[in-house]
Formats: sequence, structure tokens, C-alpha cells
Amino acid sequence: MEINFIIKAVLYLILAPLIGGLLSGTDRLFAARMQGRQGPPIIQPFYDVNKLLHKQTTVVNSIQVLFVTGYLIMTVFTGCLFFAGGDMLLVFFALSMSEVLMVMAAFSTNGPYSIMGAQRELLQMMCYEPMTLLVAIGFYYAQGSFMVNDLVKASSPAILQIPGFFIGFVFILIIKLRKSPFDLSTSHHMHQEMVKGLTTDLSGSNLALVEIAEWYDTVLMMGIVGMFFITQSPISRIWAIIACVVVFFIETLIDNVFPRVKYITMLKVTWTVILVFAGTNLLILNVLK
Amino acid sequence: MTIPIIDVVNFLILFPFIMAVIIGLLKQTSRLRSAVIMIGGFTIMAAAIYVAVSVIASGDTSQFVYLTETHLPDKFVIAGEIFLMCLVCFLSIKYKKYYAILFSLAGTIPVLWMDLTGRVVEGNTHIRIDTFAAVMYLIVGIVGILICIYASGYMKDYHNHHTDVQDRSNYFLALMFVFLGAMFGLISSDSLGWIYFFWEITSVCSFLMIGYTRTQEAVDNSFRALWMNLLGGCGFAAGLMICNMAFGISNLSQVTDMGEAALIVPATLFAFAALTKSAQFPFSRWLLGAMVAPTPSSALLHSATMVKIGVYMLIRLSPLMKGTLTGVMITVIGGFTFFAASLLAITVSDGKKVLAYSTISNLGLITACAGTGTQEGVWAAVMLVLFHAVSKSLLFQTVGDIENCMHSRDIEDMHGLIIKLPRLAFIMIIGICGMFMAPFGMLVSKWAALKSFVDSGSVWLVLFLVFGSGSTLFYWAKWLGKICTVIHQSFELEDITPRSELVSIFPLTSLIIIMCFAFPWMSGHMVQPILDEAYHANIPDVIGGSDVIIMMIMVAMVFMIPIGSRILSIGKNSKMTMSYVAGVNAGDDRHYIDSFGKERALYMSNWYMEEYFGEKKLLWPCIWVAAVLVAVMLIIVVGGAI
Repeated sequence: MEINFIIKAVLYLILAPLIGGLLSGTDRLFAARMQGRQGPPIIQPFYDVNKLLHKQTTVVNSIQVLFVTGYLIMTVFTGCLFFAGGDMLLVFFALSMSEVLMVMAAFSTNGPYSIMGAQRELLQMMCYEPMTLLVAIGFYYAQGSFMVNDLVKASSPAILQIPGFFIGFVFILIIKLRKSPFDLSTSHHMHQEMVKGLTTDLSGSNLALVEIAEWYDTVLMMGIVGMFFITQSPISRIWAIIACVVVFFIETLIDNVFPRVKYITMLKVTWTVILVFAGTNLLILNVLK
Repeated sequence: MTIPIIDVVNFLILFPFIMAVIIGLLKQTSRLRSAVIMIGGFTIMAAAIYVAVSVIASGDTSQFVYLTETHLPDKFVIAGEIFLMCLVCFLSIKYKKYYAILFSLAGTIPVLWMDLTGRVVEGNTHIRIDTFAAVMYLIVGIVGILICIYASGYMKDYHNHHTDVQDRSNYFLALMFVFLGAMFGLISSDSLGWIYFFWEITSVCSFLMIGYTRTQEAVDNSFRALWMNLLGGCGFAAGLMICNMAFGISNLSQVTDMGEAALIVPATLFAFAALTKSAQFPFSRWLLGAMVAPTPSSALLHSATMVKIGVYMLIRLSPLMKGTLTGVMITVIGGFTFFAASLLAITVSDGKKVLAYSTISNLGLITACAGTGTQEGVWAAVMLVLFHAVSKSLLFQTVGDIENCMHSRDIEDMHGLIIKLPRLAFIMIIGICGMFMAPFGMLVSKWAALKSFVDSGSVWLVLFLVFGSGSTLFYWAKWLGKICTVIHQSFELEDITPRSELVSIFPLTSLIIIMCFAFPWMSGHMVQPILDEAYHANIPDVIGGSDVIIMMIMVAMVFMIPIGSRILSIGKNSKMTMSYVAGVNAGDDRHYIDSFGKERALYMSNWYMEEYFGEKKLLWPCIWVAAVLVAVMLIIVVGGAI
């Protein structure tokens, strides 16, 4: 059990940045093709990070580096915990902690764009935090455990019981993956008033660390999407992967179709979606139980 | 040689009152006074720890004491009640707030009548010293006493800054000790009559402390606190009388253990009283108003004493409330308060007010946990009480010190605190992290709370909790961000925190950290026995083994990252630059050149979203909603029984 735990964690540690980087490259390729461009090669993110790592790092203060390092470590830890089969609630608590560290890195700079990004990032967290917790609760209702290890041994896929949670989760993934209608804190699209929001005052290797942390994070999120489909039968793994691909494609599509919205719209829309889909689903589950 | 616990408990109840008298006789702000408070305080703390440790170590989960000779204490209680009533009447007439008299008379006279006409049931136990009482002794004895020690230094600084306020600090400090004495009395008592007496002492004490400055605002707020708490007291008195006269019960343990369905009526009345004490909506306004008083009183009311009485009562009643309408209503009120207060906390920038809303919000969570009546719920509630007491008292004390150093307690003015007052900033960061971050205690308890809500099938509560968690995260993290902002070329302010305050702050800071590591032990030795007592059954550990290990790894990481980075000197070799201001920096990161070529100051304010969740918009609707809920509970449960 212990050995299994460690092996899985190490596998995630090594494979996640590769998969995450490729996903990021695919995303850019998808987006480019949707806009009728050729787009960069799929391994462009690796080139980018490599270049960042070789650049001279300028910092605004030394605390910043501490927070960014903490952010990376905590994100990796969170992912390891999930893929090694830990407690779902704990995963999400650790996740929000790593996010707070990133926000603190931006706050510490005292730069207007960074702080604005940090505030918006906090608001985004406020928007998706209910849903992430609800996902854990949804799995608990469906399969009777918070442990990922037990959840993968389910007899029927969780999506059959908690489709509302799935819709809610896919919805908040738009925020989590920093996609367009809700990419308030770091504008991934160029030439916006935010400059780069949260990461404005990060450069060189620090920025590379954030990029790598986001790869880990993306893989974790896709892992959770997959969890909705996984059962004890091996064939379900394929369904899970297909689901991840479809969800990822949808997120990119949304990113390219919708313009960015105001923060209050985001708050209202996400909380309504969560309440309507996940909340109703929860009520129904509770009645059926 | 062992000292009988009952003697130490008597000492704990009586000695604070003696301390109060001694302090009252001493010279204002003398060195002798600090010494007396220090020595007396640590004596009380030692006694409290002695009792707690011997109770917890004895393994005897419920020690009831029947006092044969209660004539004298009973006389004393009656005299005390009359005194309190007269005091309230006198002050109400003096400040022309006549309505307070009404509540005071309505609560006290019937009880007195019952006492004097001999309708009280005799022959039951008077004192109960069980594990829950032991845990509360620890909270009151350690956190409460540390606040008193803090206050002895704080009041001196306070009067240096507030020259317009008459220096009555002896009176204030004496009141704090009276408060602690009443707390010890309340925790130890099993007799409902005695509990009621101590209950009223705390109400009146908090009223006197809030009104300390005697400004118009202070007087208004103190009377608001008074009438709300006396209203709760009336509820308690009614419950007490029903117990005595209809059921022939005169102590709390029988109420919770009898298992008779009809007993839910007095229990509901007690729960109603508890709601007022713990400042749940609709009674939250008294706690918000309480911050006009000097900071130590806020720290005392918010962390170790006043508001904890309410939840103490609810946790005691918890087994009885399981699966009843009262339980459901209490959970809904608690959950609603948790969510609404956390939204309101977003919109205020006064540091103490944020803390006040966060107290209300956390107490809402504890109330909700207790209301579920499940074992996990009680587990989470007790844990929350413990962690909240330590973190919140530390935060209040730090805010008080920051106010003394910077003459402001507004969060906006704490911009760059980590440069201005590094020591206080670090302590504050630990305190804030203790309130909401992952491996720290509060979150562990919240996690257990979530599990218990899911298990008990309270869907609405789950929703309140998850949405409330989102907004809780928002208001704490933005405060944390404000503190962590590093401003260049800023100067360190003089840290004028006196040593007596650090005597209190450092132990509390270390307690938060120790409790992070010790929570599995605390769960096993302090909280599980409480559950055994309350449910007469052994329940499995709420948080499993592997999770504890992971939590410990996380705690270790949190402390390793800063230390490691210092050793490895990460980021020390990087080139320093100014933060990005679109290329128009004016030499530092606090000014920029505007489009007319003028230099302008740059300032980043936090986000308050007042137009959406502001007090003006949200506070009264919340109060009305909760008031309706309380009314429904009382009408259906109590009215239905009649």
C-alpha cells in the first residue's frame, strides 16, 4: 500500500509536466486552427519554459520567490496526493492553499497590475471554491468515500449519479484553466488592460516555475474530470481519457468564442450554475438516499 | 499529596473575584498592579491546568459532585441575582434606557419567586467536572488569563492615546477577572439555577465592559448588548422554571440524559438563550457594537468567554437536539449565519470589524455543528471552539498592538505591514493562517464539519458551508495580501509593544503552531472522551490515520518552505527591479508619472464589493430572515407544547 502510494506519486511527479506541457501546446494549436492560423508546434511550451529558465531573473523583492516556490511545491504535492489515491477533500484544501501562495506572490510585489490580478484571482477562487468542495462531496454521495483509492474501484461510473456536479465542474474549469470569459486575473490573450495580471512582475525562472505549476495543475484537473468516468473495469480508463479530451477541447472552444466578462457577472453566473446544477443534483441524491 | 479537585475548582471560581477586589483597591497603572495581575493570573492558569490535566488523565469521564451544604452558596446566588437586577435598573435609569429594566425584571423576578417560595427541586448534583468542562477550563484558564495579562499593559498605552477617556483601568481589569470567575462557575455548574446566575453575571459584565469609554456610542452599544443578552436570559429563566416546576429537574445533565421527548421545550429555550450569547443572527449586532470598547474586552468576549458560553450550552444540548425540529432550526440558523457573516466580512475594512464578523461566522459554524447532534458534529464543534479561541484572541491582541503603534486598525493602513512592523506582521500572518489555511486547525475542523453535515444529510447546510468557505477565503486572503505587500524604501515603525503584551502574544502564537501538530492527540484525549460522555458510546476516530500523516506532512512543509529558502538563499542572486507600472515609474514603486508629466502617488486598495454585499444592503435582511427562523422555532416547539 505504502509502496504503491509512493510509486504513483513519483509517476505523477515525472509524467505530469510532460502531459501538462503537451496539453498546453495542444491548446495553443487548437486555438490557432480555430482562428485559421498555423499555430506553434505542439512542444512550443517546452521551448518557452526552457528559454525562461535560461533568462536572467529579475525580482521585485525576495519574498516573491519564496511564495512562487511554495506555490509550485504545494501544487505538486496536491497532485501527488490525488494521483496516489488520497482524500479528495484534503486535495482541494491543499489546492486552495497553493493558490493562496500564488496570490501572495502577486500581492507582495506592490505593483498595480499584479495586485489587481491578485484581487481578481481571489475572486475567482471565491467563485470556484464551492464547486471544488462540492465535487468531493458529490463523489462521497455517489460512492461513499472521500478516498480516491476507493473511488476508482467503483462499480458504476460516478457521472450516472452526479451529472449535475460534472456540469458544474466543467463550468468552473473555465476559470481554473484561465479561459476566456473568466480569465480575469491573468489575461492570456494579448493587449489587455491587465498586462499579465497575476504574473506581471514575475520573470525568468520564476515565471517558468509558475508555468510548470500550471501544467501540474492542468493534469490534476483533467484527472478529476476522468474520475467521473472511472470504474473498476479497465475499459473505463479509455472513457475517462476520451472525456478529458472532449472537455479540454470544449474549454478551448469556449475560450475562443466568448469575450471576457465583468467580475460580478462571473460571480453571479458561476454561483448560479453551481447552485442550479450541483445543488439540485445534491438535493435529488439526498432524497434518493 | 493530592489536592481534591473540588477544592481547586472552588478556588478557580472564587479567586478571580478576590483578584477583582484586590485590583480595584490598587493604584491605577502602577507596576504593582501589573505584578499582581501577572502572579494572580498565572496562579489561576496553573490551577485550571491542574484541574484539566487531572480530569483528562483520570479517565473518569464524568465526575458529579453533590454538595450537601448548599445553603450558603444558594443564599449568595439569590443575593447576587438581586444585586445584578438592581445594578441594571440603576444604570438603565441613569442612561434613560428604560427598556433594559423590563428584560432584567422579566428574567430575574420569576426565578427569585421560585427560589424563595421553595419550588426549586432539591437533591440533585450541583457541580459537574467532566472532560468537556476540563477542555473549557483550559480555554478560559489559558486564553482568558493571557488576555488579562495583555490587558494590564494595553490599558496603559490605551490611556496614553485616548486622553479624552477617563482612566478607570482598574475597574476594567477587575471586570475582566469577574468575567473569568463567572466563566469558571458556569462551566463547573450542573445546577441550572447556578448556571443562570453565572449566565447573568457574564451578560452584565460584558455590558459594563462595552460601556467603558462612556461615549454616546459606547453607551448605546452596551445597552444593545445588554437587552439582547437579557432577552436570552429570559429564555433561560423560562427554561429553568419549566424544568424545575414541570419536570422536577434542576440540573443540566438530567435534561440531556433523560431522553424524554417533552424536555425539548426547555432545551429549545436554552438553545434560544445560547443563540443570543453566541451572537448568531438575528442577535449579531451586539457583538459588532462591542468593538467600541478597548481591545482586550473584544479579545475576551470573542475568544475565550462570552460567545463561547453560547456554543458550550449548545454542545451540551446537542445529543438532545438530534433529529428534532429544534436541531434542524439551530443548524439552519447557524449555517445561515456562517454564510451571511462571511459575505458581510468582505465589505468592511475596519480590522476589528472583520474579526467580529469572522467570529460571528465561525460561531455560526459551531452552532450548526452542534445542531446536527451527530457525533462528528460535536467533534467538529469542540475542535472549532478550541482553535477559534486561540487564533481569535491572538488576532485581536495583534490588531490592538498595531493600533497602538500606527494609530489605526484599518486594514487599508496595514498595507506593507511586513516592512513596517515585521514582528507583529508575522504573528498576524500566523493568526490569519490559523483561521483559514489548509494544515491549520480551523480547516481540519471545518473538514470534519463538512463530513458530519454530509452524513446527517443536511443538504442546505452543505451548501451554506461550501459557499461560505469561498467567501471566507476571500476576506482572509485579501487581508493577508495587504500585510504581505512589500513596499520599498518604507521605514520600519517603532514597535512599542510592551513586554507584558508579548508575554501573552508569544505563548498564543506558539499554541497555534503546537496545536497544528497536536491535533491528533487532542482528538484522542480531549475530544473523544467528550463524545463518550455525551453519547455514552465509543465512536471511531473522526479523521483517519493516513489523513493525519498527510496533514502532518503538510504542516511540516508549511514551516519548511520559509526555513529552507533561507538556507538555500533562493532569490538572493536575482537582479532587483521595480514593479511594473507600464513604464511610468517615478523612481520608486509608489509613484508614477501621469499623462501631464506630473508625479502622482500610487496606491492599491483592496476590494470590498460594498455595492453587492454591503452592510447597508445585507445586514438587515439577514437579521429579519434569522428572526423569522427563531420565531418559527419558538412558536412551533414551545408554543406547540402548550
